[in-house]
Amino acid sequence: MILDSKSPIGPLAEKWTKHKFNSKLVNPANKRKYEVIVVGTGLAGASAAASLAELGYKVKAFCFQDSPRRAHSIAAQGGINAAKNYQNDGDSVYRLFYDTIKGGDYRSRESNVYRLAEVSVNIIDQCVAQGVPFAREYGGLLANRSFGGAQVSRTFYARGQTGQQLLLGAYSALSRQVANGKVKLYPRTEMMDVVTIDGHARGIVTRNLITGKIETHAAHAVLLCTGGYGNVFFLSTNAMGSNVTAAWRAHKKGAYFANPCYTQIHPTCIPVSGDHQSKLTLMSESLRNDGRVWVPKTVELAQKLRKGEIKPRDIKDEDRDYYLERKYPSFGNLVPRDVASRNAKDVCDEGRGVNETGQAVFLDFRDAINRDSEDAIRARYGNLFDMYQQITGENPYQTPMKIYPAVHYTMGGLWVDYNLSTTVPGLYSLGEANFSDHGANRLGASALMQGLADGYFVVPYTIGDYLAQIGPAPVDTNHPEFAKAEKGVKDAIQKLLSINGTKTVDHFHKALGHIMWEYCGMARNAEGLTKAKGMIQELRKEFWRDVKVLGANEELNQTLEKASRVADFLELGELMVDDALNRSESCGGHFRLESQTPDGEALRDDENFAYAAAWEFMAENSPETLHKEPLVFENVKLTQRSYK
Amino acid sequence: MSWVTKTLSSTIGRKLIMALTGLFLILFLTGHVAGNLQLLKSDGGEAFNIYAKFMTTNPAVKLLSYLTYISIIGHVIFSIWLSKTNRAARPVGYGVSTPPSTTISSRNMGILGTIILIFIVVHMQSFWYQMHWGDIPFVTYDGVEYKDLYSIVVFAFQNVWMVIGYVVAMAFLAFHLSHGFASAFQTLGLNHAKYSPAIALIGKIYCIVVPILFASMPVYIYFTQS
Amino acid sequence: MKLTLKIWRQKNASDKGAFVTYPIDGISTDMSFLEMMDVLNEELAIKGEDPVHFDHDCREGICGMCSLYINGHPHGPQQTTTCQLHMRSFSDGETITIEPWRAAAFPVVKDLVVDRGSFDRIIQAGGYVNVNTGGVPDANEIPIPKRVADEAFDSATCIGCGACVAACKNASAMLFTSAKISQLAMLPQGQVERMSRAEKMVAQMDDEGFGACTNTGACEAECPKGISLTNIARMNREYFSASVKSENV
Ligand SMILES: Cc1cc2nc3c(=O)[nH]c(=O)nc-3n(C[C@H](O)[C@H](O)[C@H](O)COP(=O)(O)OP(=O)(O)OC[C@H]3O[C@@H](n4cnc5c(N)ncnc54)[C@H](O)[C@@H]3O)c2cc1C
Ligand code: HEM
Ligand code: SF4
Ligand code: FES
Repeated sequence: MILDSKSPIGPLAEKWTKHKFNSKLVNPANKRKYEVIVVGTGLAGASAAASLAELGYKVKAFCFQDSPRRAHSIAAQGGINAAKNYQNDGDSVYRLFYDTIKGGDYRSRESNVYRLAEVSVNIIDQCVAQGVPFAREYGGLLANRSFGGAQVSRTFYARGQTGQQLLLGAYSALSRQVANGKVKLYPRTEMMDVVTIDGHARGIVTRNLITGKIETHAAHAVLLCTGGYGNVFFLSTNAMGSNVTAAWRAHKKGAYFANPCYTQIHPTCIPVSGDHQSKLTLMSESLRNDGRVWVPKTVELAQKLRKGEIKPRDIKDEDRDYYLERKYPSFGNLVPRDVASRNAKDVCDEGRGVNETGQAVFLDFRDAINRDSEDAIRARYGNLFDMYQQITGENPYQTPMKIYPAVHYTMGGLWVDYNLSTTVPGLYSLGEANFSDHGANRLGASALMQGLADGYFVVPYTIGDYLAQIGPAPVDTNHPEFAKAEKGVKDAIQKLLSINGTKTVDHFHKALGHIMWEYCGMARNAEGLTKAKGMIQELRKEFWRDVKVLGANEELNQTLEKASRVADFLELGELMVDDALNRSESCGGHFRLESQTPDGEALRDDENFAYAAAWEFMAENSPETLHKEPLVFENVKLTQRSYK
Repeated sequence: MSWVTKTLSSTIGRKLIMALTGLFLILFLTGHVAGNLQLLKSDGGEAFNIYAKFMTTNPAVKLLSYLTYISIIGHVIFSIWLSKTNRAARPVGYGVSTPPSTTISSRNMGILGTIILIFIVVHMQSFWYQMHWGDIPFVTYDGVEYKDLYSIVVFAFQNVWMVIGYVVAMAFLAFHLSHGFASAFQTLGLNHAKYSPAIALIGKIYCIVVPILFASMPVYIYFTQS
Repeated sequence: MKLTLKIWRQKNASDKGAFVTYPIDGISTDMSFLEMMDVLNEELAIKGEDPVHFDHDCREGICGMCSLYINGHPHGPQQTTTCQLHMRSFSDGETITIEPWRAAAFPVVKDLVVDRGSFDRIIQAGGYVNVNTGGVPDANEIPIPKRVADEAFDSATCIGCGACVAACKNASAMLFTSAKISQLAMLPQGQVERMSRAEKMVAQMDDEGFGACTNTGACEAECPKGISLTNIARMNREYFSASVKSENV
């Protein structure tokens, strides 16, 4: 089946305006008769819930943390892009659009990306009005920095805590609607399933994480804003609770899952230090503005370093390989994430990695400190340096930081059309949970932009069109589909609790993570992927035979929560591998060893793969069906990305 | 509830009362200590007795003294109210609590205050009550009759326990004020990068100097008048 | 490292709860405190015992989900979050006592997990600027002196963890509440509702059953984000002036 993106026809710059005009509106008096469920209170969810409530809809908002303010958006450090051109350096909506399409290696949908660039300017206005304390110049106006390889300064930031400040802004808007009685909050509540009636999403099944109570909620539409699934790798920069469960259960209810193999591996994370490690910590990419990436020129020197026989500062400049500067003279240390990550892996694979495990490269501030003074560097990155020191016990002012790539973001997600509707009518997906705007690689500072664009400025319009069509007749949970879905959830939980095997949930999660990282990580090939598929299937069987989940449902049971999430990861993992196998080209973060240019860059195959791969769930343990959404580029010319 | 009672019964409002009454008591103590310095004059108590009469008869001073009574009572009542709220805010305590980086005084204002209260009661009964309603001998200076409170004081401080009691009580007062002085300004919202260090310094000086002056009187009398 | 852990175990809100002692071995100094707890929980799970429940999510010191009162200090001996605390802050053979936050307004849910919904309700009482999505002025039409923006930022960095309440002998939430009141009182965007915000948030804070402030400074000393006591002074000023000036009789 060819998927219809519902992108409006007409000139790029007019699509959104025209589309808004052509969308049906809900009569203001009727709005309060509509109920909308928003799952997730991150940037996407909180902004959507608040905006919909402001419009007059009755909203229920769910999150698994104890407070909406703790969604993982809080952890974003670097910044948020917007085409404000406050710096007079040549930025424009079109340039942001163009950079995003190119950065995504031409695997995203033009119309969505253009709209994203268009509304980006409104986001900044909105956040400032809420009291978000963005960085400012002495004159009192907003400051910008250049970020993630962009050649203009369009990134707005709030020290190294941009995500926190943006989320607290959205959370405050949400709190205001809770106080107004327009939003009812359900913290510590996990969505376990979507309920569909006659093909339309009509509600959800939830588990109260404190009491274990399984409940159903009915609504006219359901929005999934549940974040990314990077934790399928076990180790990632995501929060411990980040999961695919909501998206995956929706997938099993008919929502297609697009481009699952597109994973972003972020180049600047603190390297793994041992088996005990539970998560990886990102060091903001902004560090690459001043830090220089290097490894020793020779394997011998690297070995001496690893054994502690020499110190990094003992290595003379001529013995250092600033490999990014060497290979990409014009972008240098600021090449896009996928390129920086892959190069780090390559030098480590050559044996030139620098910590005990050999899986790290240096990010060195020596020259920046000599140039600008230690105080200047402290003012720019103080909190990041402190965090680094806190975790590693090393002082980055004196010795270079060690970094290594880690899983960070998932570009794939639920397939959505221009309206952010999944293939199930009435079921929407926003933020990282959908697949929409970043193609095969996300540029820095774009995810925050997308989450807030979706929630504040897109879905409030597009959902009206759907709601106006279905009418405000009440939906309630008495329909047999609700009972059926509820029973399904209860049975699945009982099944997990009854296995009483010998291995812990974490054991399986770690094993899955190893497989994914090894075979579906920074470099992939057909052989490895095929092997991984078998391994995942085996692991999944073993999980359902031998996992140990203690306790009961009717209590706070963190093991049970984890088990149910890992069960979904075990299914998702296989789909990611299938997708990676299917896409035998390289593009952005998806690097197939079989498809590279002579000098080792990702080689796209536009002839055969200029499409979004949307997978349809068929039945448990059986292959999924691939649907293609052709990606049509009417405005940009597809070229080989080059950062030389 | 009117806005006044609402404000003053909030946790912040109650602290406002504590701070204002506390600061007034500090003012009072300043005057009190200055006056009592007359005790140290070796004039057989003349200056002191004249001062004592002035204090009990002058209408302006009378007004101030009523304010002082109200302050003490208000300070005590509100401290009890606050302490109850504070205790209720943590019904189950911790198993381990290593002393945090805060001062002992700040953590024990209630205990310090209670001891001061006991002292105040004893003190008022010994002198204030005596002065007003007690059976006090008279002396005459320049033809005017004065109650000879001085002799009562000297008599009282012949008792070594009384002296020790006073000194100890003043130590507690010192600790109470070592936190209370600066704290009152913080409560009033007067926290400023420029001035707070000065307030803290004055507080530290005050809480040492004033109690020492107070304590020096019974000690001086004990050693000089026996 | 070899350690002895004394951990508060409590099945649910109505259970009485008690300390249980667990010996643990093979802990590396590079582990974070929560990774050490993971190791314990893996061991318990294998033995078939209920793992120790504790809150955590980002493990980066920013979400404010982790808690734990460790050896008499919220978030342990360092001025950081529990998830950013590393085992190199402890010595071999040490006994570590781990308790939940204790406050009437933070009831224990299970083991070391408490309910901090009261913080959300304080924010709901007024910790926002009343603007709807859309229709706001251009961002640069609201110039804000850098110094003011920076100071507001300092207040805005509160992560809502509740360590201030846990540390305070009165279980007072003044530091948390004042951080939000301060942020918005300093910024031009917050001026319109400045008075009602202070009144409502303080009233909600009192209703939740938090204690008053004795100005001991324990909150500031333990706050992982270094939120300063000047915020409390500012809140008091805001509150007094709102009480006197506002029209709410
Ligand atoms: C360390 C880090 C740094 C980053 N830095 C940047 C940056 O500088 N710039 C940038 O643009 N992007 C950055 N990103 C990416 C960006 O932060 C995220 O992509 C974005 O915030 C995702 O927002 P979201 O609203 O989609 O999801 P999230 O914020 O992850 O929210 C997910 C929500 O869904 C809820 N949820 C999930 N599953 C369920 C369920 N089953 N039931 C109920 N609720 C559920 C959660 O409780 C949560 O409220 C960073 C990401 C990380 C990890
Ligand atoms: C002359 C005597 C006294 C003086 C000068 C004095 C002064 C002060 C001052 C300045 C404060 C600080 C107020 C603030 O933090 O805003 C204070 C606090 C306090 N005082 Fe007193 N006080 C005196 C007597 C007492 C007595 C008799 C009690 C009795 C019980 C008492 C109990 C307290 C308590 C409990 C506090 C702390 C309140 C809190 O912050 O929770 N004080 N005092
Ligand atoms: S003020 Fe500090 S201790 Fe209190 S909640 Fe905020 S960050 Fe935590
Ligand atoms: S787990 Fe997020 S702050 Fe500690």
